[in-house]
Amino acid sequence: MIDFLGYLVIGCPILTLLVLSLTGLFQQPLPSIAVDRLTKTNVAIGLLASIGILIWMLWTGNRIRVLDLGNMVDINEEHLHFHLEFIFDRLSVPMILMSFVLIGVIGSFANIYLQADSGYHRFFLCFSVFLVGLIFAFLAGTIETLFVGWELVGLSSALLIAYFHERPAPVQNGLRVWAVYRVADAAFLAAAIAMHHQYGQGEFAKMTGSGVWPEGVSTLDPWTSFLFGILLLIAAAGKSGLIPFSGWLPRAMEGPTPSSAVFYGALSIHLGAYLLLRISPIFAESIMLRVIVVLLGASTAIVAAAISRVQTDVKSALAYSSVCQVGIIVMEIGFGWWYLALIHMIGHAFLRSLQLLRAPTLLRDYRSLENAIGGRLAHQPSPEISADAHSLSSRWYRFALERGYMDAMIDLYVVRPFCNLFHYFTRLEDRWMQFLSGETPVIREHYPTRGSNSVSDPVITASPGANRQ
Amino acid sequence: MNVPWYELVSLIPLIGALLLWRPMETGKARFICILLAGITLILAIGLELLAVPVNTTWIGLLFHQDLVHIDEFSRPLLPLTALIYFSTLLATVGHKAKNFSFSGALLGESLTLLTFSTDVLWLMVVLQCLSVIPIWFELRSRGRSTRVYTIHQVLFVFCLVLGGWLHTPNSVPSMSLSVSLLTIAVLIRSGAFPFHVWRIDLFEKATFGSAILFVSPMMGAYICLRWVLPSEPDWALHAISILSLATAVYAASMALVQNDGRRFYCYLFLSHASLVLVGLELATPIGIAGALSMWVSVGVALTSFGITMRCIEARIGRIDLGNYYGLYNHMPTMAAFFLLTGLASVGFPCTIGFVAGELLTESVIAYSPWIGCLVVLATTLNGIAVMRAYFRVFTGTKHVTSIPMRSQPEEMFAIIAMTLIILGGGLYPQPGVESRYRAAVHLLENYQRIPHPSGHADPQAQHSIPADRSASEL
Repeated sequence: MIDFLGYLVIGCPILTLLVLSLTGLFQQPLPSIAVDRLTKTNVAIGLLASIGILIWMLWTGNRIRVLDLGNMVDINEEHLHFHLEFIFDRLSVPMILMSFVLIGVIGSFANIYLQADSGYHRFFLCFSVFLVGLIFAFLAGTIETLFVGWELVGLSSALLIAYFHERPAPVQNGLRVWAVYRVADAAFLAAAIAMHHQYGQGEFAKMTGSGVWPEGVSTLDPWTSFLFGILLLIAAAGKSGLIPFSGWLPRAMEGPTPSSAVFYGALSIHLGAYLLLRISPIFAESIMLRVIVVLLGASTAIVAAAISRVQTDVKSALAYSSVCQVGIIVMEIGFGWWYLALIHMIGHAFLRSLQLLRAPTLLRDYRSLENAIGGRLAHQPSPEISADAHSLSSRWYRFALERGYMDAMIDLYVVRPFCNLFHYFTRLEDRWMQFLSGETPVIREHYPTRGSNSVSDPVITASPGANRQ
Repeated sequence: MNVPWYELVSLIPLIGALLLWRPMETGKARFICILLAGITLILAIGLELLAVPVNTTWIGLLFHQDLVHIDEFSRPLLPLTALIYFSTLLATVGHKAKNFSFSGALLGESLTLLTFSTDVLWLMVVLQCLSVIPIWFELRSRGRSTRVYTIHQVLFVFCLVLGGWLHTPNSVPSMSLSVSLLTIAVLIRSGAFPFHVWRIDLFEKATFGSAILFVSPMMGAYICLRWVLPSEPDWALHAISILSLATAVYAASMALVQNDGRRFYCYLFLSHASLVLVGLELATPIGIAGALSMWVSVGVALTSFGITMRCIEARIGRIDLGNYYGLYNHMPTMAAFFLLTGLASVGFPCTIGFVAGELLTESVIAYSPWIGCLVVLATTLNGIAVMRAYFRVFTGTKHVTSIPMRSQPEEMFAIIAMTLIILGGGLYPQPGVESRYRAAVHLLENYQRIPHPSGHADPQAQHSIPADRSASEL
């Protein structure tokens, strides 16, 4: 029975995705009412099944249930297995409950918000990809299962940021976010493969010990713990917008409000923190790793708090507030307060979703409040900024206004030199081919010459918050 | 006398090429071409599914030796090649059909299938020398300079012929020279740096379809596995592996900054083809299994990706990735297919490339973690490049046109079939991976390159010949 509920939790989102993608492939899109009913029904069944599992856990006192779907790939001679395994435990069950609740609410919201929009079906297709990815990621018992979910979440996020795809700005921002995600994915993949190399399989239990979360005791030595931990920390930093990757979050607000709420305010942004919680027993093995986690969380929280206070639009302010909270959650994980981090994550997700959903009607809400109380709401006075440009407060203000110069530095020291170098190689190859063929190449590409600033690569020129809807 | 089924697979397209040699109305030529390519595909799949044994036939007896040698490794390459040709020909519609050489395509298919059906060196040399000719005529007929292509292919043919001629196991110096020459031939044919410019030239000057069909079967890797790997010393393996890895990273980086759509595709393909070579040159069961899996994945996913780009070209002309085209609203299915095939090629989960990429990366990490990081880097860059191309072609603006751009029924058929293969291979990878692993072990056993527990090949096995071949075959 309990396994049947587990299959329902996993199967319902997959069914939604299958129906929506197959009807799309055969160019027979469902009417919007059918899409709405399909999504709601499957989310409701998934939620009820999750509640059923929670009740079973509380009733029986059993704190873990493993759903083993067998090996996706099995090469016995090499002791290599890609195992598909889902774990229902004290960490994953609250997370999937939260996911189903939030996704259900926001799906209903989106059904009205995007009704008659030309991208309605596209939104719900990405929405279902996201849900499947999230359920896989939260329930994953092996690192490869988590990687599948991780990638699906990344893909659906990038496509939803570019949802309003008839304008270049959302598309540029979608690409930028995808690029950051790919860097995080690379670190994740390296960790997954390193784990396979070490153990021949990817069960988290191999890394975190066989105890029920969070009581597992890692079997890794400090150095291996540090190596895995650092790789997964980079992956988590990319996904959760920790520094130096924080710049992607305001860009993500280019997407429609429901996706901003569910993906970046509530669920997607916590995926990195969830990953750290899942592997938390290995932190006990390496004090250096814990120090790095705490420092990264603290610096992210401080910088994001400063940046959020100088934003001039509500969604960007909320985005950086989210980053600030995630920074604090990461700190809590570093200190070993894992239950606190879990509760903080769930509370923050609900609060931020509500704020983001209300963001488009913020002015109307203010007016309603002011009408109700019959006067103006009290406004917090702006802090004094020194007129001296070199004073600490002015520097700090500029730093926050420029969003910590993080995107600018990545552009200046990574993206631009990379593009310049390979544009240069392209020109060299053109000359070499011209020399060999004795003719001028027919296709002339408009690459910027040395010293030119007209680099047209979207990875460079994407602007956060431009043309927001 | 046994029915020469495997010979038939290769000869049907050859008959088609001869039929279509004389000028013919485009629609009729296309119909005959697709029909014969379809029959070839069905036959190749049937032989694979029914596991029809390879027997001596009258064709083999004509030359007093068994010319056909199909083993666990080459068996799936026949349906794969037939599928690549069939889907490309099926998706040749509109004005693309008028400029396309159907007879040349069928001739190419025949030569490719024949090459995959044999491991006899002199026959492979002859077939490979012949295979470069149709493209040369196509380039000339289009009034473009053939010099870049000619220089590289002449060098390739020279190295191949001389390497084949010197391939005498009794003489160590001669064998060393032969292996070196064959290695250079492999590097040229695979487009490894610095021999890659002919591929860029080819994609710019030939028809897109011909260029895809010429590079997709990855003939360089086949020659490498059949004739270079068995006799190559370890230092040479490592050198080629590192050169291929450098090509993979370089090509991935170049793909990311290209504005010309064909160049972008060329670099993307080059990067993946180089990764296949990296895996092969590791000479470990898991490395070769990863490389062979990636071979299949690249064959299916990247060829489909190229076909999609070609379908888009047929509607809007050459793609300039410096511009936004905003085609999504006109061709949503094509957009989804473009993204799916692109992501499959970079090893996205649930697609055919995922397990292949993981196996390959794992084997490289086992060899050297730092080199493994470079494979991950190449994959990451390719992933960004694919998404960039998707956004450029399908989004960013509103494309206004009065011409219907929806997919044709033939294109839809090809899209649906390839989608099912890509997802099917991704969701149920075990049979494919198992088959490729068995093939890898079989090859290494034959080549007496059974790795030591440390993961390195047996040095005693250097300069050995395949165990299942007699000296007379050589």
